[in-house]
Amino acid sequence: MNEPAALKRISETIWELPVSHKEGMLVPARIVASEKLIHEMDAGVFEQVSNVATLPGIQRYAYCMPDGHWGYGFPIGGVAAMDPGSGVISPGGIGFDINCGMRLVLTNLTAEQVQPKLHQLVDRLFARIPTGVGCHGFIKMKGDDFRSVVQQGSRWCLKNGFATQQDLDMTEEGGCFAGADASDVSQKAVERGYNQLGTLGSGNHYCEIQVVQPQNIMDQQLSEAFGLTTVPNQVVIMFHCGSRGFGHQVATDYLKLFLSVMERKYGIKIVDRELACAPFHSPEGQAYFSAMKCAVNMAFANRQVILHRIREVFSDLFHASPDELGMRMVYDVAHNTAKLERHLVNGSRKELLVHRKGSTRAFGPGLPGLPECYQKTGQPVIIGGSMETGSYLLAGMSTGGDAWFTTAHGSGRTMSRHEAKKNFRGDQLQRDMEQRGIYVRTDSFGGLAEEAGAAYKNIDEVVEATELAGLSKRVARLVPIGNIKG
Amino acid sequence: MPFEYRSDIAHADVAFDAWAPTLEELFREAARATMEVMVENLTEVRPAQTLEVKLEQENEEMLLFDFLNELIFYKDARRLILLPGDIEISPSDSGLAVRATLSGEEITPTRHEMRTDVKAVTMLRYKVEQVPQGWRATVVLDV
Repeated sequence: MNEPAALKRISETIWELPVSHKEGMLVPARIVASEKLIHEMDAGVFEQVSNVATLPGIQRYAYCMPDGHWGYGFPIGGVAAMDPGSGVISPGGIGFDINCGMRLVLTNLTAEQVQPKLHQLVDRLFARIPTGVGCHGFIKMKGDDFRSVVQQGSRWCLKNGFATQQDLDMTEEGGCFAGADASDVSQKAVERGYNQLGTLGSGNHYCEIQVVQPQNIMDQQLSEAFGLTTVPNQVVIMFHCGSRGFGHQVATDYLKLFLSVMERKYGIKIVDRELACAPFHSPEGQAYFSAMKCAVNMAFANRQVILHRIREVFSDLFHASPDELGMRMVYDVAHNTAKLERHLVNGSRKELLVHRKGSTRAFGPGLPGLPECYQKTGQPVIIGGSMETGSYLLAGMSTGGDAWFTTAHGSGRTMSRHEAKKNFRGDQLQRDMEQRGIYVRTDSFGGLAEEAGAAYKNIDEVVEATELAGLSKRVARLVPIGNIKG
Repeated sequence: MPFEYRSDIAHADVAFDAWAPTLEELFREAARATMEVMVENLTEVRPAQTLEVKLEQENEEMLLFDFLNELIFYKDARRLILLPGDIEISPSDSGLAVRATLSGEEITPTRHEMRTDVKAVTMLRYKVEQVPQGWRATVVLDV
């Protein structure tokens, strides 16, 4: 138990550190968690979420979601909205893997149809989607082409035959953050990224084949609206990856720039260098906002090209077109971003810069920005569990306004990677998982061991806490049967 | 032991302490600790290609930050696993400069046991300091 003495319980799932907890806090810090989850939070969460509460221009609360854990700058699971006029933008509130995110894709195949071909399917996905450290993609392009990719995101994919209009409609912001100017990114970032379009990467990035079992449907009406009840034991595909080396370089470049100007030019003092920031409306702040959007767009395009590959593999193996196989996107959600959004503050609607780091936008029903088909349901929220335990589809709730309509993004680690590697062996884990009906292919047994289910919090408890807190409602639990991992 | 991974900070990432009698050796150990996060069997990496790098920064801390980032850059841009050969650190107009040769080869999955990608060097608890026995660094890598 790492809870500071000042932590107060506000409701069943909301805990608060008051501004008196730490010098310089401008707003209270709030953590969303059940009693069990709050006891499991590592010390870094309390330290970092209260540091976030000291950032200039922060509104209402600094938040941490129930999957929160020690990050750098912000905790993973951190949320903070800044007044764009007086506030800052901080790469530490977005993360190095800008727009790391999740995508969920439907099929009309049943588990019974897929099972006989499962090994072939996973092997082919593993062969066709580049995974692992430093992997390069199959699209050969020059730096200038890549600059178009990062300015256009999924729109570039549509023009080049890697996307459908429906894919773009089912992606946050249509798969392109407007205002991305490639002249704000370094040559180094371009060189690091232009070979990596359509690659999964490694770490906790994966592509998973999952089944919607009837007993795991928690909200029938929403499941129908999201397309999960086409056939019993319906097979769906979930994958998780981000902006690859390009986004990592953008974040590194601007972290260094902000460290050099923050105090000297803008007189901002911070408690942790990972919270390096600049006034949002400063030249440096605007340049980073634009470069970050380029990385957001790279990630959208990356997931889109991967989806194209997944469709090809299914199409070849099941001898039918992606349309005939019902391979429609449910949604694509972004984890690590900053966005200008309009939210209610003291009764009036105000534009805010919302930082989400390892957390997911979860717009409730009726909010502008949602596609027509989700206006009544609220936004689909895709929450990936560990590769052993399963994942969830949820829906944004109208009660999520206090946390700027944001929810968790995964299960959250409880064990360090180093510890996990000491406790688990990747090859043994692969065999154990196969016995339990999950066929895994990986580039790295060491990496696989680090992702063992026991290294993570209990996903069921995490999503339940988000529902009790009024942030996201459970729609269905998704059970893995196949997984490729970098 | 010239470097040691730590489990007590940043669970989702990788933290290490490195120490050495000289600043040059510290750079070498920190480079090895960074590359070993990505490659299990660094001894299998052949020095098939050699590059020269020259970096300048205002102090030791930012110079090591840039040096480690250079290794991460080549891993993505050219799929190269590199380790430092000669390292020379000397005063420069802007503070401090490092000249180094980096040797290694392209990632070859049949020979290299790959682990987890390093995305970046973070500023979390980041420290390079002079200690009675020489130099010591604490680094948290985002993976």
